[in-house]
Amino acid sequence: MFYREVGQFKTSYAADQAIFPIRQDRIGLALILAVAFIGIPLVGGEFMIASVMIPFLVLALAAIGLNILIGYTGLISLGTGAFMGVGAYACYKLSTLFPQVNIIVWIIASGLVSCAVGVLFGLPSLRIKGFYLAIATLAAQFFLQWCFVRVGWLYNNNPSGAIEVPLHTLFGIPITGATAKPLTRYYVVLTIVVVMTWFASNLVHGRIGRNWMAVRDMDIAAQLMGIRLLPAKLLAFAVSSFYAGVAGALMVFLWLGAAEPEAFNINESFVLLFMVIIGGLGSLIGAFFGAALIHILPIIVRTAPDALGLSIGSATAEHLTYIITGGLILFFLIVEPHGLARLWQIAKQKLRVWPFPY
Amino acid sequence: MRKLKKAALALIATTALAASALPAAAEDIFVPLFTYRTGPFAGSGTYIANGMHDYLEMLNQRDGGIGGVKIAIEECETGYNTTKGLECYEAVKPKHPVLVNPWSTGITLPIIPKAAVDKIPVLSMAYGLSASSEGDTFPWIFNPPDTYWDGMSMIIKYIAAQEGGLAKLKGKKIGYLYLDAGYGKEPLPFLADLSKELGFETKLYPVAAAEMQNQSAQWLNVRRDRPDYMIMYGWGAMQPTAVKEAVKTNYPMEKFISIWWPSEEDAKGAGKEAAGFKTLNWHAATPDFPVIKDIEKHVVGAGKSQTPKDQLGTVLYNRGVYNSMLIAEGIRTAQKLTGKKVVTGEDVRRGMESLNIDAARLKELGMDGFAGPIKLSCADHNGHRPTFVQRFDGAKYVKVSDWIEPMHDKVGPLLKADAKAYAEKNAGWPKRTEACDSK
Repeated sequence: MFYREVGQFKTSYAADQAIFPIRQDRIGLALILAVAFIGIPLVGGEFMIASVMIPFLVLALAAIGLNILIGYTGLISLGTGAFMGVGAYACYKLSTLFPQVNIIVWIIASGLVSCAVGVLFGLPSLRIKGFYLAIATLAAQFFLQWCFVRVGWLYNNNPSGAIEVPLHTLFGIPITGATAKPLTRYYVVLTIVVVMTWFASNLVHGRIGRNWMAVRDMDIAAQLMGIRLLPAKLLAFAVSSFYAGVAGALMVFLWLGAAEPEAFNINESFVLLFMVIIGGLGSLIGAFFGAALIHILPIIVRTAPDALGLSIGSATAEHLTYIITGGLILFFLIVEPHGLARLWQIAKQKLRVWPFPY
Repeated sequence: MRKLKKAALALIATTALAASALPAAAEDIFVPLFTYRTGPFAGSGTYIANGMHDYLEMLNQRDGGIGGVKIAIEECETGYNTTKGLECYEAVKPKHPVLVNPWSTGITLPIIPKAAVDKIPVLSMAYGLSASSEGDTFPWIFNPPDTYWDGMSMIIKYIAAQEGGLAKLKGKKIGYLYLDAGYGKEPLPFLADLSKELGFETKLYPVAAAEMQNQSAQWLNVRRDRPDYMIMYGWGAMQPTAVKEAVKTNYPMEKFISIWWPSEEDAKGAGKEAAGFKTLNWHAATPDFPVIKDIEKHVVGAGKSQTPKDQLGTVLYNRGVYNSMLIAEGIRTAQKLTGKKVVTGEDVRRGMESLNIDAARLKELGMDGFAGPIKLSCADHNGHRPTFVQRFDGAKYVKVSDWIEPMHDKVGPLLKADAKAYAEKNAGWPKRTEACDSK
């Protein structure tokens, strides 16, 4: 009733090709942005901002990166954690070598470093496919993690073996380090994530995205249509690693504040893979759904018994969290194997014909 | 549909409640305990968690808290995972904790810079950043009673004592089996210096965190190199694996010495042959102390804890008790210094700096002979206390050496240099402005 395009006439090709052709969708998007930029900072406490929203956005950004590779181009990667690590270590090195340069510049630049490394490890993708490619990216994961532990130059030979984040400011306001307010960090992360999501959206809806999807659906057919496979696949690796790298830099500089190589282990890669699969392959909003389900849901489950006045041990709560989260993941995958993004689409479709479904 | 609506409403209600985390009652002293009873390190973490919880609970039950103020104990499960640990930190922060114990080096490192900003002291007992022992650079961090460098110097001294003096180490071969992470790598430069100075040869056997349970390659090299002594810096699954592999390799267990983290379980897995395995320690590993008896009576016996009775007095349980004793004494000292009953994080920081637990105080605590005395100061947040070597006899650890002093002259300058480097690398590191109570 409220959600339908009746009466909205398109008078130009641009309007017809818009990503959000229905006015209600555009209003919805504006609402979401308003909530993210104004609503959450107003009502959310420090815990909400620092431990729920910032990690959620960082993980969502990394999931977008992985989704470009897996969901849009059909190349399976198990090295996202390591590519995030490349971004984090690159940002650490660059910001310690040239501390005068604004940290935002280095965060974006570290994405480029990660991008270069990603292209390097993406080279075999022309020849190997499917699970075999997954193994090749697994090698990247282990090799890069080994570097983070063994190459002392990467962490400036700190005796602790970890990278620590000093104070950096933006317009005179501290955005990294201990004195940075969670809210400031949130705004920086949110802005970067929104801009990069918008960029990704344009990318996947344009020629490049269509190339990728053609390669995903059948690479021989794509080749016959004149898509050059190697550049298309390498570009997917490059863009994906760029996103992962920026996410990694954000993770260490604006979320954790210090990190050991363990932060970028194989588990991280798997968690991101789960986010992409549960959220929905080949969908940007799916990356956000996936990150929310994997990161925010456990926090809710953990705090629920306390809030309801039930007193259970912290370890029991943790076990329960695992059981409930695992159960829900199974439930969602059974109900909709194409992920939460597909559920979202179905819901929108239903809403469109409500209350007179045909 | 109605059901769904109800469920949705309930969900919204719970999240709303969760968001407005309930603060601890104002008249309590809030002490959060970061524990890990789940995950790959739960085998060690459960003992420590039980020990920490039970001692504080015992104070609540027996004395009604500290100085008449109840302690609000809250456990937060970290699973030894850094991101979850930080989540715990953010979750407890609004409730004004007087002190946090991260119980993981990975969690300690990101919290270190936050401590001064949030005014919450950090107690990382014999782990974390070694250089944080320098109170002038790290006024908010405490890591008594020893750093890993102290530990290494004491192990070398013990080995020297076995051989008949430091001079006798010349030409010996000492193997170092370590977790290939910050913690295990930290002593490397120190070990290299010592080996140059004393003329022994070091053989390094790094174990990657992912390969903790598969050390056959390292032990194959041990078999080939035949080091005269083996030193281990391990954690979690690395330790029982190493002991098992040592037995399999027929390495003389009497010459296998570890830093203070292995538990009885770690050695027991290898069976009777593990007898002779040695570790450093600074506190007793038996239940024969009034303080443990009190815990048994007021807490475990009364059903106020999850601890099984036979866990009392084990190495890591007692370490948890020692950790909580430091917290409690820090709070007590803070109360004495400020004259306040309900102390804050800032007060407890002062309390920790003025911490002075002498033999008489230990006796009052029912810990006579449980551990050595310890005194911290504004400059020294560690104490660098002597430790002893304990030997595994097939079922439990037995003290076999006297107290061994760390090499203060060698460790001290290293820590100073390291603290300075840390402050330099982290541009904008705040200068100490906190006043000093103890001179």
